[in-house]
Amino acid sequence: MLAIDARDKEKIVAPLFRTPRAFVLLVLILSALIAIGVAAYVRQVTLGLGVTAMDRPVYWSTYMVNFVFFIGISHAGTLISAILRVTGAEWRRPITRVAEAITVFALMVGTLQIVIDMGRPDRLPFTLLYGRLQSPILWDIVSVTVYFLSSITYLYLPLMPDAAILRDNCPSDAPAWQRKLYIVLALGWRGNHEQWVRLEKAIAVLAVLIIPVAVSVHSIISWILATTVQPGWHSTIFGPYFVVGAIFSGIGALFLAMTGVRKALGLESYIGLRQYRNLGLLFIAMNAIWFYFTYAEHLGIATGQQVEEFPVLASKLWGSFAPTFWVMALAMVAAFWVLVAPLLVPAGAAKVALFRPRLALASASTALILFGILQRIPMAPTLAALDTPNATTAAWVGVIVMLMLAGLGVAPWLKARPVTATAIAGGLVLAGMWLERWNIILPTMTHPRLIPYAVYTPSLTEILITVGSLALFTLLFVVFFKFFPSVSIWEVAEGRVIEEARSKIVVPAPEPSEAGWLRPRRFKL
Amino acid sequence: MTRWAMVIDLEKCVACQGCSIACRFENNTPAVSPEQAARGRAIRWNDVFPFPVNPTEDTGEYPNVKARYMTRPCMHCENPPCTKVCPVLATYKDEEGLVRQNYSRCIGCRFCTVACPYGVRYFNWYAPQWEDPLALRLNPDRLESRGVLEGPAVRPKGVVEKCTFCIHRLAKARARAEAEGRAFRGDEYVPACVQTCTGKARYFGDLDDPNSTVTQLEKSPRAFRLLEEVGTHPKVIYLREG
Repeated sequence: MLAIDARDKEKIVAPLFRTPRAFVLLVLILSALIAIGVAAYVRQVTLGLGVTAMDRPVYWSTYMVNFVFFIGISHAGTLISAILRVTGAEWRRPITRVAEAITVFALMVGTLQIVIDMGRPDRLPFTLLYGRLQSPILWDIVSVTVYFLSSITYLYLPLMPDAAILRDNCPSDAPAWQRKLYIVLALGWRGNHEQWVRLEKAIAVLAVLIIPVAVSVHSIISWILATTVQPGWHSTIFGPYFVVGAIFSGIGALFLAMTGVRKALGLESYIGLRQYRNLGLLFIAMNAIWFYFTYAEHLGIATGQQVEEFPVLASKLWGSFAPTFWVMALAMVAAFWVLVAPLLVPAGAAKVALFRPRLALASASTALILFGILQRIPMAPTLAALDTPNATTAAWVGVIVMLMLAGLGVAPWLKARPVTATAIAGGLVLAGMWLERWNIILPTMTHPRLIPYAVYTPSLTEILITVGSLALFTLLFVVFFKFFPSVSIWEVAEGRVIEEARSKIVVPAPEPSEAGWLRPRRFKL
Repeated sequence: MTRWAMVIDLEKCVACQGCSIACRFENNTPAVSPEQAARGRAIRWNDVFPFPVNPTEDTGEYPNVKARYMTRPCMHCENPPCTKVCPVLATYKDEEGLVRQNYSRCIGCRFCTVACPYGVRYFNWYAPQWEDPLALRLNPDRLESRGVLEGPAVRPKGVVEKCTFCIHRLAKARARAEAEGRAFRGDEYVPACVQTCTGKARYFGDLDDPNSTVTQLEKSPRAFRLLEEVGTHPKVIYLREG
């Protein structure tokens, strides 16, 4: 009989045996979205891929974007949780389970995108029967399979003691099948010393091994593009660029998922501000690295004087992909600011007139109106004066200044709501990273060498299947956490023991330095 | 060894698109509706198009246009980017240098269409269809065996297809030579586009035979290959105008 803390029992175990109406409603809505997606897919299989908006030269499009996006999200989990385990970050304990679950389900849905994209899905076994290891697609099959199998093991191993805890602490009115599920999954776990030693060893080994696998997965996805000779793809930095983007979007997904779980189950005492702050710092770092890579990649194309490559870049900067490119850039800057602003703004800032949400709203609206005038959006007022080049430049500067003012004004509001701010940043980055994949795959597809330049707008089929895939991912996630604890019970309990032991150790205060001016100054912001 | 190659003399080409039409009937490439063609879904194994493809400041504006016409079969590259990426060996370069496409192996991932810098590969977005009189007069030739379907055989939907240098004609010529009990000669076979060319601008033959027309013409100072900078080493050699 494995014991369980009363707090854990109430907060984590009890919800697994309740079925609230909101859960049923959510499952129904998601199932409906999935059903629509499945119907669209059945139509696509029956009629042919012609029902999509793909054509020559746009042979790859939304499904491929989704594939790269979902595999990117899958780096949320295993990689982050493995790195945190290996480095012994104590604060990881309440969020590892959520992170690892994201990995497994994102990999499932991501791999599905490739099958959806295939002209002959019935010939999928050919990749195993006649697979050519020289093809980057085979590399991908190998690495994704290894990553999936190791991720599912990595999710399961820490779940085993929890399944045993659930088995021993099932309420008497729990359904028999659920009880049986935990009995089977616990694999006869008794929690004796030998078992703990073996489990910890297995997790430690797996955590180390899984890091190179995760890095390889996203590198190989980038190499599917980078090993071709197509303009804009043939880049040496695609491997690390994609890995950084994947970890970045992974943290974004983790932000949304852990906030959702925390809110739905009321886990404020488990997933606290410490988790948000530390992950936020990792997020800010990834954001900076991502910007660096993006800049480096585009600078190389801009100055390379390659006649085929420059049109690809031009289409992003001011051509047909300018909207998605600049929305992506804006989303990333906003995500950066949303997490950095609370660190920079002094506590009493809200008293200054500049830092008022009302002002932020006003400046954001001004920026929007100015932008509307500049873009000649029909609804916006037209100002003939803005047609001269100098006035246009001044108006663009105005848009940027107004956006910066809005950023300043909203800062104290964000500082007061760290969880909301983090969730906003997570959402912005997920949208931004989806667009980033779009901005990498589509401009090259529409700007080939010997085919006239094309324009691509996704068809209804592609939109419905994309929505269905997102719904499938959410459904898998929600249903999983209906039956399994969203916080690793034993790891949190272990953390408490460690914390308690630490609190008993008295660390002597450092001796005051004789040279006062050498003392490190603490910058208080 | 044999290395099948084609020489296209752009000085003689009148851009009549006869090669395109001959290819269509020889190889059973389906005609698509005008709406589909406008969306870039037309299948033209042998395409004729203005060159440069996308107008730039160098191509000029009417009436001072500097555009030329280009006719383009599959390049059958010595170093083909398409075969390297195929996950299932549905496309490969055979020992005679032909880049082949097996319709019953292709899984429709379209990696080869993405990898080809020339855009010679086409995907069957829908199942092919022909109007009635055409449907009755399809070319019956094909290369077929267990797990292999090549040549003009009608393609199922969802697979990739491309110019084969009329590989069925090669098979037939070989079979004829064998039936007549003699050695097969390199000049016994030409693809349909070469046979039909109005301006007699196309030549076909074996690049490994020092006496063949293509080997002689390859030495011409007018000879060039398309997108040489990509390193594909095409076996379609163009002779520059002028």
